[in-house]
Formats: sequence, structure tokens, C-alpha cells
Amino acid sequence: MSKAAELAALIANVNKGSSLAAKNFIQNGSFQVWQRATAATAQTDGDYKTADRWFGWVSGGGAYTTEKSTGHLADTGHENALKVAVTTADTSIASGDYYAITHRIEAQNLQSLQYGSANAKPVTLSFWVKATKTGINTLSLTKDDSTAIRMVKEFTINSSNTWEYKTMTFIPDSSIKTAASAIVNDTGRGFQLNWVLKYGSTYDGTADAWTTSSHFTTSNGVNNMDSTSNTFYLTGVQLEIGEKATAFEHEPYDTTLKKASRYYTEIARADNNTCHLVGYVQATTVARFGFDVSMRTSPTITETNFGILYSTGSEQAVTGVADITQDSQFVSFKLTTAANLNVGEAVVLYANGAATLTFDAEI
Amino acid sequence: MNITEAKYTAKDSGKSIKIIVDGNTMYVPLVEGNRHYDEIQRQVKAGTLTIKDAD
Repeated sequence: MSKAAELAALIANVNKGSSLAAKNFIQNGSFQVWQRATAATAQTDGDYKTADRWFGWVSGGGAYTTEKSTGHLADTGHENALKVAVTTADTSIASGDYYAITHRIEAQNLQSLQYGSANAKPVTLSFWVKATKTGINTLSLTKDDSTAIRMVKEFTINSSNTWEYKTMTFIPDSSIKTAASAIVNDTGRGFQLNWVLKYGSTYDGTADAWTTSSHFTTSNGVNNMDSTSNTFYLTGVQLEIGEKATAFEHEPYDTTLKKASRYYTEIARADNNTCHLVGYVQATTVARFGFDVSMRTSPTITETNFGILYSTGSEQAVTGVADITQDSQFVSFKLTTAANLNVGEAVVLYANGAATLTFDAEI
Repeated sequence: MNITEAKYTAKDSGKSIKIIVDGNTMYVPLVEGNRHYDEIQRQVKAGTLTIKDAD
């Protein structure tokens, strides 16, 4: 795209209500942040495994991994990409099977779209994709709040294992402009975008039409899961107001990390290191952990290999986590130990081996 | 989400729910909007999951 065309597209979108900054509703669309893992990790159904803010669906006889892939700067303008590699092929997709890569957007971040009103705005999705399978692929955009409504789009992979840039626009129709389609101004799920690897026939619908049915694809979609030689790469994902795709909005790493940390953060400590978490002891040890960014909701916590070091220099292994709450600045929780400690005593967390605490408030 | 076990962590009141998902142990707050808690409630309502009492 020439600079003149780029400027024209930008102006056109601004006239539709877009902004010149913070225009991308997608978080970590350039796949810069990988707090959980970067190496190939088996995808399980509905779980976040590698790239922040991105997760996968797996239901059927097939399996795939996701991982960080690098070296794509010259081709796409993005050094990193999400790589999907099929590890168990599914050549016979049952009607209810599904495989997809998904991104969810918090509802209160989408208020500028004015869904549920006559002024509902169009959005344009752009992304780079590289896939082994050529032919028609599909993705769906679901507006989850209030009445769930979605639209399927088809796009074509023209050349095998070659980066291609795709854009598509979602125009609100009368169903989006009714009050029932409003996106509630809260911390819930606003949008869900599904890049379909393959869905069963139960989920087949019609492209380019808003529907309240559970249609996430069309029958035209190729089966990206049919061989262990298949890969599917994605990067440079942007969703913006307007009917034109504009240049990707790059942002500093720390900006993306801070955005992602609203949904997931983890503390890792090597063996024999203390964690900068200080608690005190009632019947159980109370820990209050402050974050730079408030989490979206009270998080699910996992704990591995931490103990509690107390005044005698002794240590009690953590055996569980309870009473998890979130306020504006802190996540508070109680750590249970095999034996009670002394009431009123200050304690610190201590790593017995490679120790991790994770806080998951994903949508 | 493949939740193979769910159990309250304390008897006195709802403290949190310990769940096993694909072999991983997680502690879930009793808060609507937490995706794990919402999924637990969905599976309990569907009759496919039972939350065990605390020890």
C-alpha cells in the first residue's frame, strides 16, 4: 500500500470513529509476549498454553501444538508469529469436532463500537497468515455479550507455506443495531475471534451473514488438521474501527506486557530464592500480592514448589490456596500449610526447587 | 475444559475450589466471571461434574 493510500485509509477510518492511537482492539497481535511458554506445547481444549491472550480449542481425534516462531520480520513486519503444528492428524472430522485458535476481547474495551445502537460501527480485521493447506479457510467473529451473534468470513490461502496478508470487514446490520446486541460495559467477554483449523458440520453456516446460530465456519473450509505435515502461522493481527485495514499499530514490549498482565501473570523463582511476597499468619498464612495492573477479576491460582519460611528459619511446604479475592490494588489469598505457624508472625515465600505462582484472570 | 476433579478447600464456607485440569492443580475463587468458576458451574449444572466437600 502506498503512503497516500495508507493515509486515505486512515482518514476514512477516523471519519468512521476510529482513533489515531490505540486503534487495535487485539492484544499481543504481534506475538511479542509469551509468559507461559515459548516452546511447542500441546494444546488442550479451551486453555491458554503459550502466547499471551491467545488460546486454542481441541475436540476430536486430532491434536496440535502451539509455539513461538521467529524470523518473520522481513516477510511480515513482525519478528514473531504463533505457530500451530498438527501432531495427530484427524482426517475424518466428526460433526461435533472443533479445532481453532481464539482471541477474546474484554467487553468494556469495545464500547466505542456503539453496538446496540443505530450508530454501530464497522470493524476491519487484518492479519498475516502462512499455512500448508491451500484453499478456503474461515474465521468467525462472535459478539458474546447480551444476545450472542456472530459472522463467519472466508479467506483463501493461495500458496502453500507462504506468508499472505488478509483483510476483512464486519459491517453491522439491523440485528447488531438493536438494543439486544449491546455490549455491556463490564469486564466480561465482548468479542471472540476464531481462526478455524477445522470444525465439524454441526457448526457450518453461511459466510458474511450475522447469525445467532452456533455457526463458526462454512462447509467450504479446508481441513488444516488432516496431516502431521500441516502448519498454520499467524501474526500481525489487528482489529480496528472502520472499513479499511491500516498499518499495524506496533507498541513497546512493556505496553503489551502490561495489557496482558491484566489477564495473566506469573512469579517464577529459582531454587532457594525468596519471593518478594510478605504475609502474616492467622490460622493460615495470608498473602497479599500487589500488581502494577489490576487483574480483570479474582484470578485462578496455581502454585508449584513454594514453601513458607518463618522466624525460626524453618520452612513449611504450601499445601493449598484458599480465599482468593481481588480488590483495586491487590490479589489476596490464604496459603495453607501442613502445620499451623505462629499467629502474628511475618513470613516470606521460599522456593523449594523451580517455583512458580500463576494468576489467571483470562476471559 | 477437561476438569477431572473438583473439591472445596475448606468446610466452614466456600473458600475456593481445587480443580484438576489435564493433570494440573488449580485453585479457583468463588467469583462469577472467573472463567474456571463459570466453567465449573456450567458442568455442575449439566450434571457432568460434582464438587466434593472439603476434608
